[in-house]
Amino acid sequence: MRRRGFLGALLSHAVLLAGAVLMAAPFLWMLLTSIRPPEEVFGTVFNLIPTRFAGFENYAEALTSSNLPRAMLNGVIVCVGILAVQLLFAIPSAYALAKLKFRGREWLFGLVLFGLCVPIQVPALPLYLGLAQAGLLDTFFALMAPFALTVFGMFLFRQFFRGYPEEVLDAARLDGMGEFEIVWRLATPAALPAIAAFSIFSIVAHWNDLYWPLIVVTSAERSVPSLAILAFRDTETGGNYGALMAAAAITTAPLILGFFAARRAFLRGITMTGPR
Amino acid sequence: MSNSKAIAGAAFAAPAFALMLALLIGPLVVLLALSVTDYRLGALAVNLVGLGHYAALFSDEVFQRALRNTFLYVGFVLPGAVFGGLGIALLVHARIRTRSFYEVIYFLPVTSTLVAMATVWQFMLHPSLGPVSAIFSAFGLAGVDLLNDPDLALGTLAMIGLWQQVGFNMVLFLAGLSAIPRDLYEAAALDGAGGGADRFLRVTWPLLGPTTMFVTITSTIAAFKVFDTVAVLTKGGPLGSTETLLYVLYLEGFQYFRTGYAAAMTIVLLAFLIILSVIQARVIDRKVHYA
Repeated sequence: MRRRGFLGALLSHAVLLAGAVLMAAPFLWMLLTSIRPPEEVFGTVFNLIPTRFAGFENYAEALTSSNLPRAMLNGVIVCVGILAVQLLFAIPSAYALAKLKFRGREWLFGLVLFGLCVPIQVPALPLYLGLAQAGLLDTFFALMAPFALTVFGMFLFRQFFRGYPEEVLDAARLDGMGEFEIVWRLATPAALPAIAAFSIFSIVAHWNDLYWPLIVVTSAERSVPSLAILAFRDTETGGNYGALMAAAAITTAPLILGFFAARRAFLRGITMTGPR
Repeated sequence: MSNSKAIAGAAFAAPAFALMLALLIGPLVVLLALSVTDYRLGALAVNLVGLGHYAALFSDEVFQRALRNTFLYVGFVLPGAVFGGLGIALLVHARIRTRSFYEVIYFLPVTSTLVAMATVWQFMLHPSLGPVSAIFSAFGLAGVDLLNDPDLALGTLAMIGLWQQVGFNMVLFLAGLSAIPRDLYEAAALDGAGGGADRFLRVTWPLLGPTTMFVTITSTIAAFKVFDTVAVLTKGGPLGSTETLLYVLYLEGFQYFRTGYAAAMTIVLLAFLIILSVIQARVIDRKVHYA
């Protein structure tokens, strides 16, 4: 019995490790190539580990011969901006949906549920026409505006607020707290775990988004990470793969480092759409 | 008191209502209206075409091919994403000390920027410089160009999609596995469920049913919306073999600017998504009764 357990564990490790190698291979290849000198990328002799460290020149090339730094900064601005506006709108409305009675509440919640199955690709066309009409294409506003509404955030926070004890709210009201104060000073701090998970979900989604930026961004000044990496690849037709892989590593690094630093929170945040 | 609550409620909900109108309901109404016109961006005259666009979609070879490719792509990704995710979760769940190590590795693609990783895949699959073709030629398959062969390109994109999706499903299955009470296994053992396979079929698989259904639907929706890898790696080629629904929609709406036609296409896309979501809602409802 013990022996079988040992063999089983060995077999399961073998399968998991083989899979892990496949999963990790692109990341390893990206990192190894990003420090590989060009003569080895194109050379006939293949060394897995580069014989000469060319990381410095590759990363310098990625950062100087492209608009990557600007795009990274834009990415941060867009992600933070979207998240701030999302929280600003979603928290009070979710609180109202969960704890307050008002006319149209069922309507609003119905719209939230409907909105859950409508991805950005659906309203994209009219939104694009509207932004074009207003002369707002290729602006931060265009990059952020469609995501100000987060039905997912509203749904999530509503679920959370529903579990918040009514007695605490009543006590606060007796103490003379208004509903506005209750939302921001009582309910919001209590909802921090849900807010943290949602924040990670939102940031990951918008840092990685390609579809919407591809539509509304035309200038290098408004480029975001996903667009910058595409532009960099298309201009590097000569094939400076070391620099391209360095650029890919730089683009992916913030989220991956965040994932390493807060593994649990990331797993919860990104898979929040799952059954609870 | 309750009056002030009603006022506060309305005040808190009003901005969200406004956003709903501006970003969801309004655009949908415009979309429906556009879909029965021949509007093109910048056109001066607009004519009603009724349901002409919808009829045209049925005979549009490009759209039909995109539809076929999308379903084919879902068909390629789905079994691996669901059963692969389940298999990995079962193995990882049994590990104690190395569990988080495997969790991190398998989840890594989910967290990373797909556009960046797609360029890495492109380089890995490069016919002369990439390691994949080096391995292929070691097995006597020299000269295979996975992304530029019309017969292989869609399957290759599906493999990349699977690589990206499987860790997500693993985490969902791990959560499902943790929710199964230990004593159920002990009870099953008392009832004579002996080996691991027996335990799996009698306890794990039935109790994971709702999770499995949920994972199947979310994976279907995710695969259905494939866009990034197509846009980065193949642009629908070679010979249209990787044109998918969202990619064709993107081309019609934002490259060719055939707005009315693209609007009709979007409505069809929305119809598919609503059907999938209704199935999903049913599944979640059933889970509630189940638990």
